[in-house]
Amino acid sequence: MRKEIIYSLNSPYRESLNVNAYRFGYGKKAACIVGSIRGNEIQQLYVCSQIINKLNELESNGAIISGNEIMVIPSVNHHSMNIGKRFWTVDNTDINRRFPGYNIGETTQRIAAGVFENVKNYEYGIQFASFYMPGDFIPHVRMMETGKQNASLASLFGLPYVVIRNPKPIDTTTLNYNWQVCDTNAFSIYTNETDETDEVSAKQAVSAVLRFLTRMGILKYNNHGGYISTVIEEEELTPIKTKDGGIYRRLRNPGEEVHMGDVLAEIVHPYEGHVISQILSPTEGILFFAHKKPLVTENEIIYKIIRRLHE
Amino acid sequence: MIKTVTSMELPVDEHLRIQKNRILPQTPSGDEKRIAIVTGTHGDELEGQFVCYELLRQLNEHPECINGIIDIYPALNPLGIDSITRGIPMFDLDMNSIFPGNEKGTMIEMIVEQVTEDLMGADICIDIHASNIFLMEMPQVRINEENSKRLLPYAKMLNTDFVWVHGSATVLESTLAYSLNKACIPTLVVEMGVGMRITESYGYQLVTGILNLMKELGIWTGHINDVKEPIISSDHEIGFLNAEMPGIFVPQLNIGDNVKAGDTMGKILNPLSGSIEEIVKAPIDGMIFTRREYPVVYNGSLLGRILGGIEQCEKK
Repeated sequence: MRKEIIYSLNSPYRESLNVNAYRFGYGKKAACIVGSIRGNEIQQLYVCSQIINKLNELESNGAIISGNEIMVIPSVNHHSMNIGKRFWTVDNTDINRRFPGYNIGETTQRIAAGVFENVKNYEYGIQFASFYMPGDFIPHVRMMETGKQNASLASLFGLPYVVIRNPKPIDTTTLNYNWQVCDTNAFSIYTNETDETDEVSAKQAVSAVLRFLTRMGILKYNNHGGYISTVIEEEELTPIKTKDGGIYRRLRNPGEEVHMGDVLAEIVHPYEGHVISQILSPTEGILFFAHKKPLVTENEIIYKIIRRLHE
Repeated sequence: MIKTVTSMELPVDEHLRIQKNRILPQTPSGDEKRIAIVTGTHGDELEGQFVCYELLRQLNEHPECINGIIDIYPALNPLGIDSITRGIPMFDLDMNSIFPGNEKGTMIEMIVEQVTEDLMGADICIDIHASNIFLMEMPQVRINEENSKRLLPYAKMLNTDFVWVHGSATVLESTLAYSLNKACIPTLVVEMGVGMRITESYGYQLVTGILNLMKELGIWTGHINDVKEPIISSDHEIGFLNAEMPGIFVPQLNIGDNVKAGDTMGKILNPLSGSIEEIVKAPIDGMIFTRREYPVVYNGSLLGRILGGIEQCEKK
């Protein structure tokens, strides 16, 4: 394991922001794994730390196949993480919407450029990301539909689902999108949590990455074969919205099969305690996403269902 | 006539309401032109608030001069303005990056869709911004080069100091202006002043421009003060200044000052060591139209922009 600083930014009042990379093996740029880019992505940092720990052990045992280099960047924006902010400390810009970056541009463009210069040209790029809607997902691999995506490869992680997203204009400045544009096979992995660590889904994510690296001929490692992934388009997910604002009582969880008419959640009057409305399942299927925070507004998406899919 | 464009129930005893004030002629004919004035998308940009007030004040003073429909939306992001938050509180994405919205999306995407729907049918729209809390901007209209031919004649009427015709970028395709222009509603983005402040003189200047535009469109028949001819710019005539050292930026020149390449524009200081970290030099000849107001800088922080080639522009 070789540790190096791949990008450094001086700060007027704090220690420099150093972006560290851990390299394993020698040879072609086989796989790059990026963890937390936003300051609240604690689970993403934790998963990467566990991957680094495991790769260090595997490298010592000669398990990295000769001619391959794996690079892991556990954290990009720990300046924000250390003060409890999601986006950049000063101007609140999102580094994951500044790729491919610009090395003579503004601060977060420079950070993105410094990182991208180092992470590009790998054959496979794996990012532990978080979604703009806070909540719980079934662990899955997400890919942008750029015309270069390869869902068959994504299924080799052995996670239950692969989601293909049709990119919107704002997605064109994410790491995942720019990796793909530069011919890296890019995957974003979503586990259950972001702001908190979740041991079970972290282990699942570590296993998924090791499984993928093994199947790609980068690593020698025996682990469970995982799932045969179901590939879905993001548009196929049916959003279920609240009719009222209030206190949200979640009754069902991601991964559960539901039937039409099942009560999925209740909205409780914030003063008087009675149930204002029940949220019923409009279809049968598997719950893919569930809102987590205790308060909801009117028309908030609280669930997304994979329609007509059964356990 | 104050109308609620959209309303969503918040968790506890409150609604998120986006409102507009619709001003009509005293005797509507039914085929009036309609102008929309939109601002407050970013909660830390307040210059547009004064523009809305002053425009309404003048319209209310002379209702006999109104010959069209004027829709004024002072606060597309009322929760952001209320809480000094640039974006929408509790929502990750910049409101000006999710237009035209999506009725099947999140509550905010749904609100944006309803705002867009409400703006449909307008003959022209002015989207007023106020930079951010870091930078002061001279009054300017920004238009995408894709639409410059169609928008430039309108931009010239707005009494700003210059018009910046900028390159297109995919990421800009989800702004309010891009979405409305795509829907064939000419939409002009005005940038002026600085975040969290109101610069009254800029407000009066723009109100004159809006009334001038309204007069040209036949929506206003009242008096107009003199309107200035803006300098027309393009990307290659803009010089950018970015900090190359962290520290405290102390500017030495003001918005509107002319500089020569190499002139000192300010210094980046180190308050701990007492040393000068960087002397910031002008990269090109020209006029300063953007200047950093917020002193703390990192490498890359934007310190200013210079509009180069003014003499050539003036000759044109």
